[in-house]
Amino acid sequence: MSLAAALKASDVTLLPSKRDEDWKWTDLRGLLRVLPPPSQPFVGEAPVGPFAGLANLPIHVVNASDPVVIRSASAAPYVVALHFAALGGGSHSATAQIELAEGANLILLESYEGDDADYVANLDLKISVGANGRLERIILAADGVNAVSVSTADVTLGAGAQLAQTVLTDGARRQRIETRVAHPGAGASVRLDAAYLLADKRHADLTTVVEHQGVDGTTSQLTKGVVRDQSRGVFQGRIVVAEGADRTDARMGHHALILSDKAEIDAKPELLIFADDVQCAHGNTIGAFDEDALFYAQQRGMPEDVARGLLTEAFVGEVIDRIEHDGAREVAKAWAAKGLGL
Amino acid sequence: MLSISNLHAEIDGKPILKGLTLDVPAGEVHAIMGPNGAGKSTLSYVLTGRQGYEVTEGTATLDGEDLLSLDPSERAARGVFLSFQYPLEIPGVPALTFIRTAMNAQRKARSEAEITAPEFLKLARTTAASLKIDFEMLKRALNVGFSGGEKKRMEIFQMAMLSPRFLILDETDSGLDIDALKIVADGVNAMRSPDRAMLVITHYQRLLDYIKPDRVHVLAGGRIAESGGPELAHELEREGYDKYARAA
Repeated sequence: MSLAAALKASDVTLLPSKRDEDWKWTDLRGLLRVLPPPSQPFVGEAPVGPFAGLANLPIHVVNASDPVVIRSASAAPYVVALHFAALGGGSHSATAQIELAEGANLILLESYEGDDADYVANLDLKISVGANGRLERIILAADGVNAVSVSTADVTLGAGAQLAQTVLTDGARRQRIETRVAHPGAGASVRLDAAYLLADKRHADLTTVVEHQGVDGTTSQLTKGVVRDQSRGVFQGRIVVAEGADRTDARMGHHALILSDKAEIDAKPELLIFADDVQCAHGNTIGAFDEDALFYAQQRGMPEDVARGLLTEAFVGEVIDRIEHDGAREVAKAWAAKGLGL
Repeated sequence: MLSISNLHAEIDGKPILKGLTLDVPAGEVHAIMGPNGAGKSTLSYVLTGRQGYEVTEGTATLDGEDLLSLDPSERAARGVFLSFQYPLEIPGVPALTFIRTAMNAQRKARSEAEITAPEFLKLARTTAASLKIDFEMLKRALNVGFSGGEKKRMEIFQMAMLSPRFLILDETDSGLDIDALKIVADGVNAMRSPDRAMLVITHYQRLLDYIKPDRVHVLAGGRIAESGGPELAHELEREGYDKYARAA
């Protein structure tokens, strides 16, 4: 069951539904009675996205259905901006293949945008990082309010390879950004972060699966979210430490603020450990605004809206500060400030 | 300066202040002492406008202006500063960012120009030096991982930076060793001036050896049970609060 399969066969019964355990909070089958027809070819000047100016290689596509292939062997950091726009409605599904050779260093600045039309967009990425290679991947998802959008990345890390990822999203009508990472080699390290800022009736689902299959792997995961109005945030994080993946160090944190009675967070952190000598931890907190901290800031002279803005920005800022690429971090800061209405 | 008359306040419907009357003229330091649960901290929160503390009767004015109708940030902009008994930790916000945001918000409320970055840093450096605060500490998230003594010192630092007109110190001595207490007291004493006033809330007389009050008031049973000169603090230290507890 996948959106890609349903679009390919034009068959709604192939959509993931709440009967699928991993999709129970992001039911597509129940949402879509019919699949929209394929998107029309786009005519006009294509938007380049927020990262084009930072890239050695900017790529931008509209209503993508052709595969994108990127291969890099550059040991010096090479920046690719990959922008997917959905314009004029309809449905489309694309694939991207990203291959880093041994020792390659790639910064992938990925972004999605859409207009207010009803559209269904699917993107499947296959990413492989060769031994001792390094990928920093930033995803800024700015889908339209009526969009149904799914992005799924399968990442394979070679021995000693590194992945540092940050997802930034403000959701869609229904949106899922899923990352599946396998460390078959030894000594791979993963940072897997996300921030979601949701308002109105938007929905964002951040799902991750990390499988430690080799020894000496590390995973550091931090997701932070803010939901208001009637929005809904979903976090599903699973870390699997396979038998023999000794000396794995895996830490997962998900922390969210609920700013309205009608907003919702669903969180499922899972650690499945089949090895002996490992360190694993997870923390999950969901709560309302800290009124004591708010009063403290007000007592110092900040009006309530300024105080709330400062404290919320700081809450999400922890994720953004972990972005290593300077330009992308600045884009992320501006995105957070805008999303928080600052 | 501060004038409180027949103040009644309650929390969750439970009366805490029951007709408190107090005048603190400009240039003076008044101490509020009293047994635990007498309403000392409630008084500080009512004066600063914390949510959940409901005033049911009475008035509180600063230089004739009604404080109770203002929101907490408006009171701060008019110069009311509370040094918290338990300062909050603010993750993700460097101390300097927090104070500069507060300072500029106050200035904006008073229709003054924002402080420039170089001016602010210069002021922060000299103020930190006078309070023996490591400047590097000000780049860290405010109060996160700070010891109790460091947090109290940060309160005095914020006070010195914001330069308020009416200072409320709530149990500022708790958690301080004697060296830190001297630094904090020096910082507070440096702010004494003819156009400022202070309310020093304390359970123990010790702090008043370092911050000498002009007047001492005993708060018991939600009102001022007795007022006197500095000698009253020594008397309380010797005899305790028993007689007021009985009276309440």
